[in-house]
Amino acid sequence: MKTKLQNNIAITVIRIIAALVVLILAFLLGDILISGVPHISWHFLTAPSQSFTSGGGIGVQLFNSIYLLILTLIISFPISLGAGIFLSEYAPKNFFTATVRMAIEVLSSLPSVVVGLFGFLLFVVQMDMGFSILSGAIALTFFNLPLLTRNIEESLRSVPDLQREAGLALGLSKWKTVTKIILPEALPGIITGVVLGAGRVFGEAAALIYTAGQSATNINFGNWNPFNSTSPLNLMRPAETLAVHIWKINSEGVMPDAAAVSAGSSAVLIIAVLIFNFSARLIGNRLYRKLTATK
Amino acid sequence: MGINKYDFNEKNILKFDSNEHEIAIATKKLQVFYGDNHALFDGDLEFERYKITSLIGASGSGKSTYLRSLNRMNDNVARVEGEIQYRGLNVNSKKINVYEMRKHIGMVFQRPNPFSKSISENITFALKEQGLKDKKKLEEVVESSLKDAALWDEVKDDLNKSAWSLSGGQQQRLCIARTIAMKPDILLLDEPASALDPISTSKIEETLVELKKRYTIIIVTHNMQQASRISDYTAFFHLGHILEYDKTKHIFTTPKVTATNDYISGNFG
Repeated sequence: MKTKLQNNIAITVIRIIAALVVLILAFLLGDILISGVPHISWHFLTAPSQSFTSGGGIGVQLFNSIYLLILTLIISFPISLGAGIFLSEYAPKNFFTATVRMAIEVLSSLPSVVVGLFGFLLFVVQMDMGFSILSGAIALTFFNLPLLTRNIEESLRSVPDLQREAGLALGLSKWKTVTKIILPEALPGIITGVVLGAGRVFGEAAALIYTAGQSATNINFGNWNPFNSTSPLNLMRPAETLAVHIWKINSEGVMPDAAAVSAGSSAVLIIAVLIFNFSARLIGNRLYRKLTATK
Repeated sequence: MGINKYDFNEKNILKFDSNEHEIAIATKKLQVFYGDNHALFDGDLEFERYKITSLIGASGSGKSTYLRSLNRMNDNVARVEGEIQYRGLNVNSKKINVYEMRKHIGMVFQRPNPFSKSISENITFALKEQGLKDKKKLEEVVESSLKDAALWDEVKDDLNKSAWSLSGGQQQRLCIARTIAMKPDILLLDEPASALDPISTSKIEETLVELKKRYTIIIVTHNMQQASRISDYTAFFHLGHILEYDKTKHIFTTPKVTATNDYISGNFG
């Protein structure tokens, strides 16, 4: 009787805690969405922001966030892929591997504001890159690299060794076995990780304040030459992202509708992150089903 | 009754008269070490061409270790010493191109491990990687390999379906088909039926008996009935030593070594 009672108490406590977590999340999301969604309109999503008058939008910031995200992924994915393949398939158990692993651990636990300040000192000041999209993308790469590497390593590791043996026993080289058999099988997990990481990068502010800068310069969406300073694709222009914009409005915003813009921006940010999360699951499941054909 | 009591010098190892029998592969003083653990002692066996040879013994007797050494699948996990003689070459030498060698000495594993690809791609994948591009030729290989593995009739309409949609027994026959598509000389099988039901097992056995017309087959098995049903020769492994090697019918009716006799009468293992 006593064991049964203990069991029931434990289960009840666990249930309450779980419900509490869901409740907090629901409250947060609900609050942000309810106060923010009414401000979202096509005009709000596309118009440039205003510093002193009301009626500004977040068009440039939204574009900056997406562009920065894409750049970050372009830089960090190949590096993480290489590091992940090395750690999962080739790394011998020695001092070097242990050091790499520890470096990744440390990098993943660095506060993002420290990464941002480091980026500021090294890229913005020392290398004279200024507040620029490129500085921001590199800072975000530091931020994203350890998580992505770990995710790729785990995904590769979760493919059973039997598959590696199958490839080798057919006379394939180790490299061919890894790239043509193991990697495709790990792909659903890798894609899921990339998209989840993208959500984190999309919402990151602290690492960008001192690297990509806090100003949304006027850009001309009719000019796609990346070497032109008003082009959206220009790598060397300062670029305030959505998350930085929210931080800035709330700390020093003087426009009359600051509260509304902040609420609307937050809602857009949350919706974007939610889309990333759900699509990560969806894409991962789809790919997995397609690969294993369990329809 | 302990299993350590046997005299490892009490051996009966069959040697072939090279004028009457063609040897496909042979080992001389093959030793395997996992770190400090000496897992196989002085493995000296000759395998006759176009015959099925079973390797039997209790768990941990070294039979799988021995088999996996033959195509160097143990390279990264163990230290293998001694000679493996195949077509006048010592396969266990640093100079050997292991990837090339494994095309001649193919292997099928304990658990079915098809690739997450379609049935036909499972067979054509390695061939394509070798540079075979001719579509017609590839289709022919798919058909002939699946026929050899007695799977063609069951899957001929589903060649583009994922290999994972097959049953366990079918998957294992697909793995056999995939291996023989490489046209190996020797087929190594590591307990290929241990994860399968009796019907699938008997299908695999029929397939193997059919295949020995063109391949030399070496099979590790836990199942003594299986060894006696399908194999021509049987080697008995015990604690890393090969104690007896003879024609299968001698091993199962009149074994000469005490340990073999005890094992096949079910006294241990």
